[in-house]
Amino acid sequence: MNELATYALRLGDDALILSHRLGEWIAAAPQLEEDIALANIALDLLGQARTLLTYAGEVEGAGRDEDALAYRRDEREFVNCQLAELPNGDFGVTMARQLAFASYQYELYDRLRTSQDATLAAIAGKAVKEVAYHRDHAAQWVLRLGDGTDESHRRMQSGLEEIWPFVDELFEPDELTGRLAAAGIAVDPAALREPWDSYVGAVIARATLSVPQPVFRGRGGRQGIHTEAMGHLLAQMQHLHRAHPGASW
Amino acid sequence: MSRDWPLWEVFVRSRRGLSHIHVGSLHAPDAEMAVRNARDVYTRRNEGVSIWVVPSAAITASSPDEKDSFFDPAADKAYRHPTFYEIPDEVRHL
Amino acid sequence: MDTTQADDAREAEFNAIIDADGRIEPRDWMPEQYRRTLIRQIAQHAHSEIIGMQPEGNWITRAPSLKRKAILMAKVQDEAGHGMYLYSAAETLGVSRDELLDLLHAGKQKYSSIFNYPTLTWADIGAIGWLVDGAAITNQVPLCRCSYGPYGRAMVRICKEESFHQRQGFELLLTLSRGSEAQKAMAQDAVDRWWYPSLAMFGPPDDASTHTEQSMRWGIKRFTNDELRQKFVDMTVPQSEVLGLRLPDPDLRWNAERGHYDFTQPDFDELFRVIKGDGPCNRQRMAHKVAAHENGAWVREAAEAYAAKRSAEQEVAA
Repeated sequence: MNELATYALRLGDDALILSHRLGEWIAAAPQLEEDIALANIALDLLGQARTLLTYAGEVEGAGRDEDALAYRRDEREFVNCQLAELPNGDFGVTMARQLAFASYQYELYDRLRTSQDATLAAIAGKAVKEVAYHRDHAAQWVLRLGDGTDESHRRMQSGLEEIWPFVDELFEPDELTGRLAAAGIAVDPAALREPWDSYVGAVIARATLSVPQPVFRGRGGRQGIHTEAMGHLLAQMQHLHRAHPGASW
Repeated sequence: MSRDWPLWEVFVRSRRGLSHIHVGSLHAPDAEMAVRNARDVYTRRNEGVSIWVVPSAAITASSPDEKDSFFDPAADKAYRHPTFYEIPDEVRHL
Repeated sequence: MDTTQADDAREAEFNAIIDADGRIEPRDWMPEQYRRTLIRQIAQHAHSEIIGMQPEGNWITRAPSLKRKAILMAKVQDEAGHGMYLYSAAETLGVSRDELLDLLHAGKQKYSSIFNYPTLTWADIGAIGWLVDGAAITNQVPLCRCSYGPYGRAMVRICKEESFHQRQGFELLLTLSRGSEAQKAMAQDAVDRWWYPSLAMFGPPDDASTHTEQSMRWGIKRFTNDELRQKFVDMTVPQSEVLGLRLPDPDLRWNAERGHYDFTQPDFDELFRVIKGDGPCNRQRMAHKVAAHENGAWVREAAEAYAAKRSAEQEVAA
């Protein structure tokens, strides 16, 4: 797969896998209003995934459509960041993951709007409005959980600790992003770290929480190295589609 | 008995030139969450231009029956109705 | 005037509005039994939407295409929204959503018995959209003209969104029935299991239904159970022919004299058993709902605590 297609696939896999995780919250959220909010976010992300995967398939030019890419690749061919595939945990873990990821997507799409690739620019133009809302939703919850009750403070801090080892990977550049960013097509992930730290740090401070200092760092998602959770996620997601090869749904 | 997030009434103006219309209510812990929840619940199919949320408790309602002398003050309580509860037979004096 | 005369005057006014097919609004005087009947009916309708999210939500993570996944997530989200509109309508009658949820969790208020059946295959999602939502729409359209304003208005909003639900279910089954042999068999199997429970959604036969007459007098109910059930059958049989799927009733046939389809009634003993708690999923649905509520308590409490802190700060600042 060529580099542009791979880049689109990374963005698409991020959205696809996180959307899947959020879908698991439907009918299990703490309040009905939150079932609706999380479903909204999941649907936005799925929409992003579908356009990005479709584009990746077109650029690749091997006849793979969104479903071929979503349902017929194996674990080692997925190039999402590991943060996206983490199990939901409790609402504190999920909101921590949302704060980290939506803030990353916001900075990314905000800059991708001016990509030299017209399709990526258009996708980013639409997506940035959606993720601005996702980021705000996460921030509102991190504030309330961090500065709510003793129990919620403990759980929210714990949620941050759980996901923080997977933050660095979001901002790791590699040769592919280097070349594409130089061509004005992709966004250099490293450039996103500072504005991300600024926004997320401010939310965490206001929420009376502290920024974790993890020893362990997750890495390798862009090379198809995932956590053990990924295999189970894909087994569930893909099994019906794969059980009926060639079928239309 | 669990506690409840307060109730908010939601008004949406779907286009410039129209006025806000009452579309329903929702529960939220505070105004910031209320207006965000209202966007999720009541404008899912289109972008609403403007959303207002008002705590239900802040609303003063007029009496639909202007002949107010007939209107028993006890019937004026909007949100407490003891007769709604189903009390098991064995509980006495309730 | 003493209270009895005042009550009589208010009741006469109430009846005049009902007889003129007008609308009763939240602050109007209403007979206590009217209020109680409505609270129970609206609440149970709301609970049904919420519990209904479970059998359908069961297939979100396994949807076999991204398009179907998006459609299903949107549908289940709609159901949450419908539950919200209905709780809002119930709350105008002097009860809080929290009180209603407590009654649901304690088993003192019910939800539609159809949701006590399991979704065993992907085709069940189609069957629910086509048959269960079809039956719900048949029930709901007349409710748009319910005498109680907030309930009728909630139903108008719901019916607008519901039409997409039935269409997507039909289309899902159509795709299966035109697909592989395995897909076609999956679709037929789902229809075989969901047909009679869908017929039972309309409730017991008219001669066994106790509340119908009073509800009809008050404009809460517009048609009887049997009338609605017949209407649903008449609408659905031609659709099954388009689908190329057989409804599991060997005695189903057009009766030219009546101008309706003759059909076999569902097993009402089964309906009563399921309502009482002996359906395949009753325990599971309740356990899931209660667990979600209890697991979320710390989140709700945190939000309340945060709001209290902020308003205390505002008071100090003022």
